Amino acid sequence: MKHTLRTISALMLGSALFAAGPVKLLNVSYDPTRELYQDIDSAFAKQWKAKTGVDVQISQSHGGSGKQARSVIDGLQADVVTLGLAYDIDSIAEHAHLLPANWQTRLPNNSTPYTSTIVFLVRKGNPKHIKDWEDLVKPGVSVITPNPKTSGGARWSYLAAWGYALKKNNGDDKKAEEFVTRLYKNVPVLDSGARGSTTTFAQRGIGDVLLSWENEAFLALNELGKDKVEVITPAISILAEPPVAVVDKVAAKHGTAEVAKAYLEFLYSEEGQEIGAKNYYRARSAQALAKFPNRFPTLQLFTVDELFGGWQKAQKRHFEDGGVFDRIYGAGK
Amino acid sequence: MLTPFKRPSVLPGFWPAFSYTALYLALIVLTPLSAIFLKAVTSSWEHLWKVISAPNVVASYRLSFGASLVAGLISVAVGFLVAWVLVRYEFPGKALADALVDLPFALPTAVAGIALTSLYTESGWVGRYLTPLGIKVAFTPLGVVVALTFIGLPFVVRSVQPVLADADRELEEAAASLGATRRQIFWRVILPIVRPALFTGFALALARALGEYGSVIFISGNMPMKTEITPLLIVTKLEQYDYAGATAIAAVMLIASFTLLLGVNALQRRTRRFMETE
Repeated sequence: MKHTLRTISALMLGSALFAAGPVKLLNVSYDPTRELYQDIDSAFAKQWKAKTGVDVQISQSHGGSGKQARSVIDGLQADVVTLGLAYDIDSIAEHAHLLPANWQTRLPNNSTPYTSTIVFLVRKGNPKHIKDWEDLVKPGVSVITPNPKTSGGARWSYLAAWGYALKKNNGDDKKAEEFVTRLYKNVPVLDSGARGSTTTFAQRGIGDVLLSWENEAFLALNELGKDKVEVITPAISILAEPPVAVVDKVAAKHGTAEVAKAYLEFLYSEEGQEIGAKNYYRARSAQALAKFPNRFPTLQLFTVDELFGGWQKAQKRHFEDGGVFDRIYGAGK
Repeated sequence: MLTPFKRPSVLPGFWPAFSYTALYLALIVLTPLSAIFLKAVTSSWEHLWKVISAPNVVASYRLSFGASLVAGLISVAVGFLVAWVLVRYEFPGKALADALVDLPFALPTAVAGIALTSLYTESGWVGRYLTPLGIKVAFTPLGVVVALTFIGLPFVVRSVQPVLADADRELEEAAASLGATRRQIFWRVILPIVRPALFTGFALALARALGEYGSVIFISGNMPMKTEITPLLIVTKLEQYDYAGATAIAAVMLIASFTLLLGVNALQRRTRRFMETE
């Protein structure tokens, strides 16, 4: 009798394991990566099946980078996060302790498989002759960018403008603040996220220039058509590094730690790098970049670490309540 | 005239009904509200005060409450007119018009916001005719009022409509036969009948406008110190992981809204009592 019970329970357990179906993975990402991770997911699932014989089913969640991080802190079961800036993953580590504080050292290149930068999207023919950052502060030029307090992309744009002014004025901080203040005087509307701003610029026809992620600008170009908009790459801009990380505690709970790690490592593989470049991300691999000649114009790039001493510092000084951004709008104390 | 605490009624028993009401209010309304206050007090008073008295937050109170009051008043005026037309006149497409009134209830507010913004920007269908006149709607406080009126109007129409339909037309005829002018009939006969309903509609529209988020953030432009509404600042605080700050602003808004609604309800009760004694 006892034996039969044990056999039955063993059988049930076995069949439960057997019937569990594909491994499920949730990748919580930011707004403009929809198309990128659709390609990555199917390529990785194929490779993982060939290698281990296990089906893997990857779900995607997209939204503003900060909002997504908050959802994970509040309990969204993300196995991996692929967000717009390191500060947001830092926040997950700091507020919810779901991954160690040194997460960024676990994968190569600061855990950033691809980089991007901030470029300008202008109307066809570039009627306002916008070529570089200096043109954005001219009177009569209307600039569209989201609110950096709520949008990761906008923080990159803001720091790109600041960095440009620093470089031009030999590191004069005061001049940089003046420049950025003048720039925001030309901003008629602050959307809360990058996609919102793209809609304002493209669909509603507001503004002369949109400050945008490079990949987002190319997506808009493809979608709207070359007869509507043009991408202008300034001579100097910021090296945007959107990082990736396994959310250790969630992955451990789901038993997906191994596949989650493999998923992120796949981004660094030759195949993953090529998919990134195809989706207008600047791949780290020169070989992958070479497959898309003339796609990524060369420009002088600076990093947040170089000019701002890292994200924590930049966040505190510029975007926190009472910070420089508030001061620009006269809202600080 | 005081209403007794207990009174014969068709519902079975006073105590079951009363207990249910109390339980409902406690569970559905008071629990989440007290959670807000508890969350807010996890931070120091100093920090909370700094958050709720910051210049951009104070500017947002002004916009949120100001625009909501203006939009509520417009809704009352226009809503009364719409209800009047729907009740008193027969015209082709009346059923359609009647159904249209409810549309803002059903429409996701973000859709309304996007639609209104496209209409009122400088190149929009409506905006292009207003711009030469020097009137800017999108990305100004005026745009906020427009969006709030759009979502507030049905509350007034639906509050006033049944009262107006029930109103005895003979009263008006009697007044007219006694020599009352049209104006007198309106102010002395019709308005007193619908006044409580107008107050109800105003309170509902006001409450809805104060909490509105989706439709406003598209048309307001969200410029700090100028067109940021208070709910947007609450969301902004959340995005910055400042939960205590967000709930502090929410608490301020809650207390102010509650006081305001209490005032409107008191006014309404007074007019009703006035009606009954007359």
